[in-house]
Amino acid sequence: MLRKTLLATAAVLAFASAAAAQDKLKACFVYVGPIGDGGWTFQHDQGRLDVEKAFGDKVETAYQENVPEGADAERVLTQMALSGCKIIFTTSFGYMDATNAVAAKFPDIMFEHATGYKRDSANVSTYNARFYEGRAVTGTIAGRMTKSNKIGYIGSFPIPEVIQGINASFIHAKKVNPDVTMSVVWAYTWFDPAKEADAAKALIEQGVDVILQHTDSTAPLAEAAKTPGVIGFGQASDMAEYKPSPRVSAIIDNWGPYYVERVGALLDGTYAQKDTWAGIGGGEVLIGEITDAVPAEVKAEAEALATSIGDGSYHPFTGPLNKQDGSVWLADGEVADDGTLAGLNFYVEGIEGEIPQ
Amino acid sequence: MDFGSINPFVLVASLMVASVPIILAAIGELVVEKAGVLNLGVEGMMIMGAICGFVTAVETSNPYLGFVGGAAGGAALSLIFAFLTQSLLANQVATGLALTLFGLGLSSLIGQSYVGIKPPLTPEVPFGPLADIPGLGVVLFQHDWVVYFSILLIAAVAWVLKKARLGLILRAVGENHEAAHALGYKVQRIRLLAILFGGAMAGMGGAYISLVRVPQWTDGITAGAGWIALAIVVFASWKPWRVLVGAYLFGGITVLQLNLQAAGSSIPVEYLSMSPYLITIVVLVIMSSGKGRALNAPAALGQNFHASR
Repeated sequence: MLRKTLLATAAVLAFASAAAAQDKLKACFVYVGPIGDGGWTFQHDQGRLDVEKAFGDKVETAYQENVPEGADAERVLTQMALSGCKIIFTTSFGYMDATNAVAAKFPDIMFEHATGYKRDSANVSTYNARFYEGRAVTGTIAGRMTKSNKIGYIGSFPIPEVIQGINASFIHAKKVNPDVTMSVVWAYTWFDPAKEADAAKALIEQGVDVILQHTDSTAPLAEAAKTPGVIGFGQASDMAEYKPSPRVSAIIDNWGPYYVERVGALLDGTYAQKDTWAGIGGGEVLIGEITDAVPAEVKAEAEALATSIGDGSYHPFTGPLNKQDGSVWLADGEVADDGTLAGLNFYVEGIEGEIPQ
Repeated sequence: MDFGSINPFVLVASLMVASVPIILAAIGELVVEKAGVLNLGVEGMMIMGAICGFVTAVETSNPYLGFVGGAAGGAALSLIFAFLTQSLLANQVATGLALTLFGLGLSSLIGQSYVGIKPPLTPEVPFGPLADIPGLGVVLFQHDWVVYFSILLIAAVAWVLKKARLGLILRAVGENHEAAHALGYKVQRIRLLAILFGGAMAGMGGAYISLVRVPQWTDGITAGAGWIALAIVVFASWKPWRVLVGAYLFGGITVLQLNLQAAGSSIPVEYLSMSPYLITIVVLVIMSSGKGRALNAPAALGQNFHASR
């Protein structure tokens, strides 16, 4: 009896709060880390703030930080759905199954899953960014800037997104500097400042003087700052506090335009399910300011490359390109298709070492 | 094994630096456990030390005060543990785990406005020409003061536990608190002091991460170092010098596996990553296969004491 009363009260409350918020569209965000991580989650939260700025009092936003990937995510999503959220952004790959499971139960609520590929029901959309386009630009700068001809890459996990980054960086470093070699260190973490610092240190001790990182903290830059002449790039966020050196540029994830577009579409009724994979052209990937530590002609070259990728006249994976074992991947002028890229699991020719399986 | 282009001297030097936080936290916890208290909150105390040390160093622009601040932060958090377990006789395991969760959350709150700030640098101890000795100079004479402090601390703890009256009292409390009480020692007061020491050392270890190893503040910066410190105390079978060995082994393997990768070695990363844990298991098996109390754990470890019992 008591339980029934409680449930009824909860339902009335949920209805009441939903009714109260009816004139406002509620957009909710689920974050995998703390906003204070200075990287991935920080950028998603900037996107949330852009939504607030763009629509003012027509929307209200809510978010939850540090949501573990797994059963907890499903609970948080259900809670959000019940509390009146009309559109929910789940901002980590690991929320894929939870997002689809909850979406099936709430067909009137729109779900947006970042970096995933499952769209089981009509109210689930997915979105991702072509980070490898940014890697091509930083790879070019790396190839021009290295004096020891050794560049290093701190990988997180051996997944297609990271392998795209490694290949794109190496191809473009090699293009401007044929003598360049690249060492890849796998940290097996997205976020562990001490380990990332150790990885950067190990690379520097091996004579590497340009560090490209695919992990989220600023620790590799802090480590690079200890050794004069070593440079690096901001990852996910601008990491401007390490300007002008060691941070000479950055790849910035810019989710704001996408979030504004989707919330806007829901407001004016043009919303439809879709799968988005935009890059420099779509404004989702930005190149952070290239500092004066980089010579003007290198800066111009990098910016020209970014422009040509942005307007679609150049694709970072354009043949002729061989796989690591020397077999042909792309013939002259051929461009990699999205399907291959999304499942990329091999290095291009010239990179040493193996991808851990 | 192909060590490629790895310079062994540089490798040893970096493993010494990498191990400092776990050495400090582990030797502190060793003293706590020797007094018969099991504090599983090392991770929480470390991260509180990391943020308190960071804040102190940034606000005063003095890296040395930062370590004092870190030690104070860790000790302050351990005081909560001491109050709950020694005065209110709460379960030590549960309280310790809660302490870790509390420390992680509180440090994140305090650190909100300190993200992205660079702390003052902790300089190397100047050894003059000694630092330029080939090989040895890199290994022995190019570190900051905390590296030397951590080794001296191990020596001091080893000496006190083995030779000094203070160590004898501490061990008595940890082995048999009722006998110690019957002899007139204030069991709870001694344990309180041991807990505070453990908290201060864990805090200092945390401060070393945020001030020297990573030089910045981010949420969750200690990333499990406190749990490794706890494992090392068992690995060392509660003997101070073995803490040093254990910490260098863990630190060494971490640094070595990254170096091997950077040098392009063909040994799979996974084997190297798991090797310290494998060695811990092997050591535990060997130690516990002996007769009697070969594990050497303090007999009253984890048991609360009240004079009325």
